[in-house]
Amino acid sequence: MTFDTPDGPVHAVTDVDLTIEKGTTVGLVGESGCGKSTLGRAILRLLPENARISGTVRFDGIDLSSRSPKEMRDLRGRNIAMIFQDPMTRLNPLMRIRDHFIETIQAHDPNVRPEAAVKRALKVLADVRVPADRMNMYPHELSGGMRQRIMIALCLLFKPALLIADEPTTALDVILEAQILQLLQSIMHEYDMAVLLITHNLGLVAEFADRVAVMYAGRIAEEGATVPLFREPYHPYTQGLLRSVIDLDTTKLYSVPGAPPSLLGESVGCPFYPRCEKRMAVCEAVFPEIRLVGEDHRRVACHLY
Amino acid sequence: MAGSSASLRAYVITRVLLMVPMLLILLTFTFLLLRVAPGDPVSAIYGEKGNPQVIDQIKRELGLYDPLYVQYFTYLRGVFTGNMGTSIVSSKPVIQEIQDRMPATLELTISSMIVASVFGIGLGTFAGTRRDRPTDFGTRIFASMAYNIPIFWFGLILKLIFGLWLGWLPVSGRFSPRLNLPPRFTGMYTVDTLLSGDLRGFADAVAHLILPSLTLGIVLSGFFIRITRVNVIQSMGSDFVEAARARGIPERSVFFRHALKNALVPVITTMGLTFALLFSGAILTETVFSFEGMGRFVFYAISYRDYPAIQGAVVYYGILMVVISLLIDIVNAFVDPRIRY
Amino acid sequence: MAGGDARGRATILGRFVGRPAGRLFAHFLRESRTAAGIIVWIGIGIVLAIIVMAIFAPFLAPFDPNTKVADPETPPGGRFVMGVDRSGQDVLSRIIWGARVPLAIIAVATTISLAIGLPIGLLSGFVGGRLDRILVLVMDSIYAFPGLLLAIVIAAIIGRGILNISVAIAIIYIPTYFRVIRNHVAAVKQEPYVEAAIALGMPRRRVIIRYVLPNVAQSIPVIFSVNAADSVLTEAGLTFLGLGLPPGIPDWGFDISLNWQRFEASWWATFYPGLFILILTTALTFVGEGLNDILNPLLRKKDFKAKVEA
Repeated sequence: MTFDTPDGPVHAVTDVDLTIEKGTTVGLVGESGCGKSTLGRAILRLLPENARISGTVRFDGIDLSSRSPKEMRDLRGRNIAMIFQDPMTRLNPLMRIRDHFIETIQAHDPNVRPEAAVKRALKVLADVRVPADRMNMYPHELSGGMRQRIMIALCLLFKPALLIADEPTTALDVILEAQILQLLQSIMHEYDMAVLLITHNLGLVAEFADRVAVMYAGRIAEEGATVPLFREPYHPYTQGLLRSVIDLDTTKLYSVPGAPPSLLGESVGCPFYPRCEKRMAVCEAVFPEIRLVGEDHRRVACHLY
Repeated sequence: MAGSSASLRAYVITRVLLMVPMLLILLTFTFLLLRVAPGDPVSAIYGEKGNPQVIDQIKRELGLYDPLYVQYFTYLRGVFTGNMGTSIVSSKPVIQEIQDRMPATLELTISSMIVASVFGIGLGTFAGTRRDRPTDFGTRIFASMAYNIPIFWFGLILKLIFGLWLGWLPVSGRFSPRLNLPPRFTGMYTVDTLLSGDLRGFADAVAHLILPSLTLGIVLSGFFIRITRVNVIQSMGSDFVEAARARGIPERSVFFRHALKNALVPVITTMGLTFALLFSGAILTETVFSFEGMGRFVFYAISYRDYPAIQGAVVYYGILMVVISLLIDIVNAFVDPRIRY
Repeated sequence: MAGGDARGRATILGRFVGRPAGRLFAHFLRESRTAAGIIVWIGIGIVLAIIVMAIFAPFLAPFDPNTKVADPETPPGGRFVMGVDRSGQDVLSRIIWGARVPLAIIAVATTISLAIGLPIGLLSGFVGGRLDRILVLVMDSIYAFPGLLLAIVIAAIIGRGILNISVAIAIIYIPTYFRVIRNHVAAVKQEPYVEAAIALGMPRRRVIIRYVLPNVAQSIPVIFSVNAADSVLTEAGLTFLGLGLPPGIPDWGFDISLNWQRFEASWWATFYPGLFILILTTALTFVGEGLNDILNPLLRKKDFKAKVEA
């Protein structure tokens, strides 16, 4: 997926092949600017006008790129839902919470009457543990945690098969984060949703994701089942990431030296080349295709394997 | 709207109460300014030709030689009793001049505001949604030019084209002299003719109002176009708009209910500020179209140092300003729930 | 940074003006190939053309603007490209000579406004406290007052004349400079790097000049051009109402006030002066808006990159 900019094409996401099984959680990790949020939005076709998408997104067997805008619109919120990073700005300040729900329900089921819609909304609110009296309030009257729950509730209205969570707790404090995550987990079980968890927080991924995909410079560096990947990372970048994580035993802080490359224009070779400890001559010249490594069929894009 | 109407009411009451001290300050300030400034009404009228003794006598009669504090209290008392003296220039009671003229300016102001906002907000929204495309560009250039048109010149051109060359619209005054004036309910001919069922009179009053309103309205719309455009662009890119789209809300609702509504909130706020511009413009427009309103009156008064008239005009203006800012604040509080708390 | 006081004031000024101005100018040249840039150049071009016209008036004008050269109200044509007004004077010549007054007024009025509004705004925003509150109150009261009305009042008090009008206009505009600068300063003051500088013991005046002023300076050109355009319009308005200039000096606004009642008979005498007022003010606005567009993308680019990186 590429953005057309006045300075040239920016390749935000390249050659990503990702599968999310029903009812499972796939974590998408990487540093800022690696393309993970863009990928999340690309699934829902929520990108700005200057975005060029190529490739297919298959949902439940159907290719989404063949869907008309109208069909796509209906899909959003009904079959695939998305929760965003910053809850403070994601609700319309001029609309009551109740109206947000009525609007969303009627957008997909126009024949539902407001009273019925409110009833449905209250059920969902109960699931996210938001008191019913919040319905008549305006967003600015509510705390961040409350707003995030409401956002989640709005997503759950139609029991979507896929939930894309873009940094759902990054803007929240640690206590709230724990609450929201607990909530998400119970919902995932109850609703049997597949979740794409986009985050830069490895701890989250370790705890909640069944599989993990590590992104770097718009491409997938490594992808596989969570536990084996964390226990034994193959790609040098993943290794670097995991080494950077601090725990109680850490005495020295480690970080991967250097900075991510610019996504502007064409590039050759492995994008991680300048920062890789284990780089070889071939890495600079040829891009490493994804290959299957090990018994657990880990996918890695690295010449080492 | 549980809860909000109570706080809204409290808000309004507070603001109304604040009107009084604000007005007092304004009045005192005007009084001092006038007394400090060189020149006085009598000399202004008679110039150097007058007989100094006669001038002196008239001044004495008007109380211009009384100690300052006496003049001040006479003045204040006059304001509160509604007797603001007699205009030195026109010899009519000031209060009557105001009563005669205020409705005219009110009509002009309101209709100009309607023209400016409908045209300005409409075009601004149009431009905002087509950002950086040729139509946006063209609209912005138009807005830049519109705001810079000399109002009186524009009025003259409209007069020439629509009044004289095409003959479609009348070019001066408020009402055709051939028709009978409507009975006075509000003093505004458009309203009064409607209320008394005089449709022909109504059409005539409206016709007289069109060109002046267009003059002021189009010039002012330049301002609205810019403000609206910027806010629409910003609003379209905001987070809650993205979130609404992600929930599958149809684009049309996203635009009107989410983006546009929020974009208009700051625009409405600025509407209040534009009344000051309207008033300035009204002075010029009323002159060009011989529309006898307060704008014209204020100008006469200041030029001739007509103290009672000026003071009356200031009272009028002060009250108007305060009332308008109050109205705008109320509208704001109504439109934006965040303000009420 | 640093640079000892030993180097003297001249260098501080040079460094302040030189480097940021140089960077800005380079960016300006680069951006000017865009649509916004073209607008600025058109605006600058027109303003320069008018300045040239004003300066070389004695050579450019075909006739003396104050003498009767033909029958009054002769329509345009032949020797009188823009016709003749009701006093028998050539409109074109009056247009050419008439450019001087608006330009002079712009020069004087904006200088005064800037010279007073800028320092007071800086001071008020930076110092804060009671002084700030009082100043804001005073300035807001003046600001809320309708411009033309205030100008009329002041003109009525101090009388007619170019300098007097300029002063009146300057007074109207001081609050605008004050407000924008003051708000900007108050915002910048919160920035961590200013806090750090003060914590490190930098004298306040230094902080203002080296940190606050360059930041704030980018909003000045825009206000300036709005101010300039408005000065011309206010002056024209005042003169139209009879309060601006004494008769005898060619001026676009004055010509309109002289001829407008004969508009049906000799529309050219009123049309052309007004047209030129429009041209000048629009050009000034173009410069201002274009500058705004060019200076602002510096901020906008940051937002755009953030979106791509997510």
